Amino acid sequence: MTDMSGGVPDLICARCDKPLEMRKVEASYLGQTFPVELPCCPSCGFVYISEELAYGRMLKVEQALEDK
Amino acid sequence: MDGDQVKAWEALCIEEQPPACAAACPLRVDARAMAEKMAAGDFAGAIALYARIVPFPAIIAHICEHPCEGACRRAEAGGAVKLGALERALVEEAYPTIRRVAQRSRKPKSVAIVGAGLAGLTAAADLAMKGHAVTIFEAEARPLERLRHDIHPSVLPPSAIEADLGALTSLGIDIRCRQRVTGGDGLFMLDELVAAHDAVLLAIGPGPAIQFAGTLRQTSAGRLDLDPLTLATSRPAVFGSSLHTGDDETYSAIFSVRDGRRAAVSIDRFLQGASLTASRADDNATGTCLYVNTASHAVVPPVEPSDPIAGYCRAEAMSEAARCFPCHCLECVKACAYLAHYKTYPKRAVREIYNNDSIIMGNRKSNRMIDSCALCGLCETLCPNDLAMGDVCLDARQSMVERGHMPASHHDFALRDMAFSRSDEVAFVRHQPGYDRSAVLFFPGCQLPASAPRQVEAVYRHLCDRIPGGVGFMLDCCGAPAHWSGRKALHEEVLDRLQITWEEQGRPRIVTACSTCLKEIGEFLPAIPVSSLWTELVAIGLPDVATPRPVVGPLAIHDPCTSRHAHEVQAAVRSIAASMGADVRELTGAEKTTCCGYGGLVSFANPEVGNAFVDRRIEESDADYLAYCAMCRDNFARRGKRALHLIDLIFPCDDDPAARPDPGFSGRRDNRLRLSRRMRRDLWGESMSDPVPSVPLIIADAVRADIERKLLLVDDIADIIAEAQRTGRVLKDRASGHLTTSGRIGTVTTWVEYEPTEAGFVIHRAYGHRMQVEVKP
Repeated sequence: MTDMSGGVPDLICARCDKPLEMRKVEASYLGQTFPVELPCCPSCGFVYISEELAYGRMLKVEQALEDK
Repeated sequence: MDGDQVKAWEALCIEEQPPACAAACPLRVDARAMAEKMAAGDFAGAIALYARIVPFPAIIAHICEHPCEGACRRAEAGGAVKLGALERALVEEAYPTIRRVAQRSRKPKSVAIVGAGLAGLTAAADLAMKGHAVTIFEAEARPLERLRHDIHPSVLPPSAIEADLGALTSLGIDIRCRQRVTGGDGLFMLDELVAAHDAVLLAIGPGPAIQFAGTLRQTSAGRLDLDPLTLATSRPAVFGSSLHTGDDETYSAIFSVRDGRRAAVSIDRFLQGASLTASRADDNATGTCLYVNTASHAVVPPVEPSDPIAGYCRAEAMSEAARCFPCHCLECVKACAYLAHYKTYPKRAVREIYNNDSIIMGNRKSNRMIDSCALCGLCETLCPNDLAMGDVCLDARQSMVERGHMPASHHDFALRDMAFSRSDEVAFVRHQPGYDRSAVLFFPGCQLPASAPRQVEAVYRHLCDRIPGGVGFMLDCCGAPAHWSGRKALHEEVLDRLQITWEEQGRPRIVTACSTCLKEIGEFLPAIPVSSLWTELVAIGLPDVATPRPVVGPLAIHDPCTSRHAHEVQAAVRSIAASMGADVRELTGAEKTTCCGYGGLVSFANPEVGNAFVDRRIEESDADYLAYCAMCRDNFARRGKRALHLIDLIFPCDDDPAARPDPGFSGRRDNRLRLSRRMRRDLWGESMSDPVPSVPLIIADAVRADIERKLLLVDDIADIIAEAQRTGRVLKDRASGHLTTSGRIGTVTTWVEYEPTEAGFVIHRAYGHRMQVEVKP
């Protein structure tokens, strides 16, 4: 399992009024899935992806999978 | 990809052909590489290259006839590089650095060589380097007797001979002098040598060989009868030197060395039991088809040594070596931001692309490289053999799409933009109001309506005024993005719809404002008569303007790559600009125009290369640029260059059209949509309202530029916020109070960080990713 988040940000889920917590979630692209640990709402499961993650490791993995 | 086609493409690129100096050298010494190293001060590296090919560097540097100098292309720009003098300076400077280590053979074969001239000694050196045990039999008292007698010591210093011979004996070669070998049986007779050795070379020099008459077959001239390719005599295991067969007895040191080398190749193959003839390089050929643009180099005369007797000192040798161009073709690479970015040239690139195409399992590392070609055709124009990298890359893209290996992210945005242009929201076709047929159908393309919508309306009204028989209007896409991205099926679909629409409109002549549409329709829908708006305007005349706006300052004209060969269009554009009073200056001329970064969808697959194309172009002149392709103009504007479109001159809508900003992708969509609705409402009386965003947004310029760079759309962001406001699916930053939400549109998840205010939603940032993330159930 990978921690791609760099820690829990100071965010709360506005709908559930709960702070985000690190949870095991599943990332998938082009039919491949990976377990990752990311901040998400413990109640409704809204997973947060930061810009740093989106254009950092996540983009690298996307590009690697596209070239497979 | 078709392997034969790939080979044909590869063969067109001559960059790997030898330079003229190497081609002219009987030993193929790479004088170009040597000169490059010397110019950089790497004399040890240079002499290592030289000594790897030349067995006697000191001797040859002094007495070689240097056919390389006769072939040197620098002769056309100041005088041939003095390669002979460079070699001598090299020997003087770096001889002691030469290192030669012979291969070790577990079972060395023994070779007898008769004759210690340059040919025999070369064969001896080559065979010793291969690990064979070599014994030389020489009739004279010393090896190389002829050189010592015939060449004055001021030309060939005895020290050079001794140095090279010393290096030879250190390879373990046994040189036995005063031992004359003749034909027949007995001590020092040929039969004895054959019996005692695995192979024998008769390197006996030119002239009749009566001593071997009766033992070996001879020619009518009394010389050894040798196979011209392999130098084999009539007797197995016995070889001869080919100079011996010639009638021309002019002595040549370098040809003697080649002669010995040819014999050594045959003997080594013979000893290994390999074919003597299979794939032997033709060492007789002297020409090369390497193209060198010598005219592009300034004339520089040769360096004269301050001491002519001593020759070049180190510094002089470096200066003279720097006169070597060096010879390369690279005509396309010098002009192309794409090939320059990948530091490659077509021959290598074609091979890499084909290898990428052939991968079954593993990483296709060249996908982005293949998608970074602008398909602009400049390389083909510059190439001495007309090789078009665009053909190669497009073929590869089609193959990638066919096999499902095309990375989705490369063209997704451009294809989505094309789909929007073709959607019912935007695309429409109508006859001129009041007509039920069209003599002409105006097809502005998708990018001009996206960049200059008001001017498009003005053009249409002008065409309606001047052309009798009805001018229809068609807002649609020619399918270029589908074509360029290798989507053959989608391209076909676009073309089919265009064909059907054209037929339904009564098969009118199409007049298009876009160079790409003109080229695409002309190429793929040959039944449709199509012409350019610019030639049309020359024919029907420009609008009458009471007081034409003066054009300030010169304009540098940039032709779009799709007009590279459209000579009539190029002439029409220049004539219109001149008639508007513009002082038009040429950049490279139309034929050698460069891409603006949009061609081939480069800027989507590889923004860095896309920007490099634009940035190179805008460096070429300080004048404002005059373009007649909307994408070219907008890309110049985006990168900070003042540029106007020809349509801005004819139908002025702004005070300073060269300062018109790039509308960006979101602005382009909005412009298209608004133009489509406004025209249908105003000209055809249809009930159409202007588009309204789903929520009001406030976006600072820097944030808007960032959104553009990330290929995100403002409309999508508005939709995502509207949805979040409806569902409450929002994260809140406790420190800043900013809200963050996301939405999946197509294959991209877009995230927006925003702040509700009374005037609207202030966007702080947006970003996207393709990967999907969810909590495991």
